[in-house]
Amino acid sequence: MSIRAFNRVLVAIVPLALVLLLSLSAEVAQGQVDTFEFDTPEQQQRFRRLSDEFRCPMCQNTSLSGSTGGVAEDLRREVHRMIVEGLTDAEIEQFMFERYGDFIFYKPRLTRETLLLWFGPLLFLGLGGFVVVRIWRNAQNNAPEIGELDDAEQRRLERLAAETTRLKDRS
Amino acid sequence: MGRAGAFLPVALFLGLAIVMWRGLYLDSKELPSMLIDKPMPSFAKVTVDELPVDNAALPNEPFLLNVWGSYCLPCLVEHPTFMRLSESGTIPIVGVNYRDQRELALNWLEDNGNPYAFSILDESGRFGIDLGVYGAPETYLVDSEGVIRYRHVSVLDETVWREVFEPAIAELRAEEAQ
Repeated sequence: MSIRAFNRVLVAIVPLALVLLLSLSAEVAQGQVDTFEFDTPEQQQRFRRLSDEFRCPMCQNTSLSGSTGGVAEDLRREVHRMIVEGLTDAEIEQFMFERYGDFIFYKPRLTRETLLLWFGPLLFLGLGGFVVVRIWRNAQNNAPEIGELDDAEQRRLERLAAETTRLKDRS
Repeated sequence: MGRAGAFLPVALFLGLAIVMWRGLYLDSKELPSMLIDKPMPSFAKVTVDELPVDNAALPNEPFLLNVWGSYCLPCLVEHPTFMRLSESGTIPIVGVNYRDQRELALNWLEDNGNPYAFSILDESGRFGIDLGVYGAPETYLVDSEGVIRYRHVSVLDETVWREVFEPAIAELRAEEAQ
């Protein structure tokens, strides 16, 4: 096999292998749930939703449902217990908040401390918009006025044009 | 645009730069505890020696509450500090044996020494949840009323002891002496 052919095979295989690897690891990451028993399918659905909404406090960038961390395992068990005991979503969220604070929510509550988190981006968008409008207005005000040439200007233009033609002919 | 207006972008840039510069050095891994200035959660458990304990068994003076486990390597790193504090009688230390197995915990204490007045057995991690623990080691400073005053996440070595705990404990004792 020539080197070129070999390269071509490599180019075909490597992405395929990567995709396979990624899909495998994704499956592993999602495989943390579903060892619990529920009375109704609705309870199971709530469990799935809640453990996706809570963030694992130890691993930080995964939800409870996707985490292998010890504390995530314990918290999933608690969520399951509370659902089976008939607590509402709000009560379960309160339980988590009292122990782990706003950090536990992927979607933080709207409080005085999280105001900037919620509306900061909007603030920056407003600032950006303000700057853009400012620049645009300035550009309009400073634009040179386009108008008719007066007689003197018209004559000067013609003279310059004639000069240019003459110079061009000579070269 | 006025003269003041011309400086607005510079001011904005500087403001943002300062905020982001600070952000670079914030440790997002260390979560603030929700239990600061709250009483220790109530518990009725057993110790690693299988003796019953509850809140009444806690020291009547400021003490450290150290969350540990035999599987936890950083715990081994901070262990000499706790041994020294315990041997010199500087401050009582209560342990929480977190998500461990009793046999392994006992072996660990035998091998490395036991600086704890007692260690609360928390095999399921349920008491840890009430404390807001997210991984060993964590160390809490609790006052004589059983109110949590401070939490340190990860290793409490001699430097952390000297720079954080020693002053905090001195302050707490002075406050309680009044």
